[in-house]
Amino acid sequence: MAMAKKLLVLLGTKKGAFILEGDSARRNWALRGPFCETWPMNHVIGDAATGAIYGGGGNEWFGPAVWKSEDLGRSWTHSSEGLAYAAGETPIKSVWSVAAGGGAVYAGVEPAGLFRSADGGTSWQHVEGLRDHPTRPEWQPGGAGLILHSLVPHPQDARRLWVGISAAGVFASEDGGASWEPRNRGTRADYNPEGQKYPEFGQCVHCVVLAPGESDRLYQQNHCGMYRSDDGGRQWRSIEAGLPSTFGFPAAAHPHDPDTLFLLPLNGDTAGRYVPEGRTAVWRTRDGGASWQALRTGLPQENAFFGVLRQAMATDRMAPAGVYFGTSSGMVFASADEGESWRCIAQHLPTVLSVETLEVDA
Amino acid sequence: MPDAVVVELPAALVALFPGSVRRVEVAAGTGAEAIDAIGARWPGMRDRICDSRLDIRRHMRVFVDGERATLATPLRPGAEVFVMTAISGG
Repeated sequence: MAMAKKLLVLLGTKKGAFILEGDSARRNWALRGPFCETWPMNHVIGDAATGAIYGGGGNEWFGPAVWKSEDLGRSWTHSSEGLAYAAGETPIKSVWSVAAGGGAVYAGVEPAGLFRSADGGTSWQHVEGLRDHPTRPEWQPGGAGLILHSLVPHPQDARRLWVGISAAGVFASEDGGASWEPRNRGTRADYNPEGQKYPEFGQCVHCVVLAPGESDRLYQQNHCGMYRSDDGGRQWRSIEAGLPSTFGFPAAAHPHDPDTLFLLPLNGDTAGRYVPEGRTAVWRTRDGGASWQALRTGLPQENAFFGVLRQAMATDRMAPAGVYFGTSSGMVFASADEGESWRCIAQHLPTVLSVETLEVDA
Repeated sequence: MPDAVVVELPAALVALFPGSVRRVEVAAGTGAEAIDAIGARWPGMRDRICDSRLDIRRHMRVFVDGERATLATPLRPGAEVFVMTAISGG
């Protein structure tokens, strides 16, 4: 008999980490927290392989750290040993993204750079190949700073890794981080002058996710459009037709179906960055971006003036898949039926910066 | 061997390091030596006070005998070194 499972929804917020613990039906949820001494926590993840929870953040006083809990949030440690650039360089302000894969833990930081831990987050080594890239002096910060987010380790091949840097674009390594190449062909930079809207790098990528399965399918929410790649990011094509805007932050892949993707378009970069018309919808494709359906049942349909940030939407690995997102207004919404219907499962939280899931034994 | 000084740490910093205490005596002749001694006693604490500019973090403050200090500030025997969190955040 299979061991009963329960789901944790891990939240990074502007004031600490929180954990929502669901029952087996994913209907009733209990909130625990705040954790991590109420530090701003940009990204809190669960490592399915070990059951550890990692949280990346940074505190205005004390700088960056990766926090870790090996008992599902009851106790925490933190480390920034080795999580620094060379003496004299601009200090790292915060950790923006964390990922576990290929026997390592990765941390993306601001100003943009990548660190790797081979000992479960106790100590960190700079992945120097990325910052040594010849395009590095020309990387420009986006609105949130020059940040490295969207850390995507390949689940089967530890040598392969994609990162998103705002606003330098997508970069990929095929050799474990020693060398990198920009992979932005086909993605727009609307803010560039005419004739320069498809540069080699400099795009404002907001979120990159890998589709499940053996393929090289990636999806991307960009500042300027939504995209799909079937070759590991070497070529992208727009999938924005049928969506209410070209702007948004998060993207969440389905856990089992590579043709299903969830997006949460916002009304535009100069229009408040709210859900369009104050009406909340998650948009789902079942055909790799050829067509889209708005999913609204149970979501606020009037006077909703919040946004959803780049790491604040996730799926779980159950069947049917659950979908979760957290808002700038401190609410968390959940669907246990692939987005068909939604419930608010937490409110009155600080601004939600990240949402991830972790399945554990009940 | 430098003489003993007293270092007082902010509560928010002590909260990050189980077993650490607010007020501690260390041997130090400069601000830098005092911070190094704190880091030797509680590994990782130095990184919370200083950064890769090899200076005190932008939103941290160090006072010696009531005067704003730097890492280079000399310490008299028995000096009182206060590490504080500056007003910050939102």
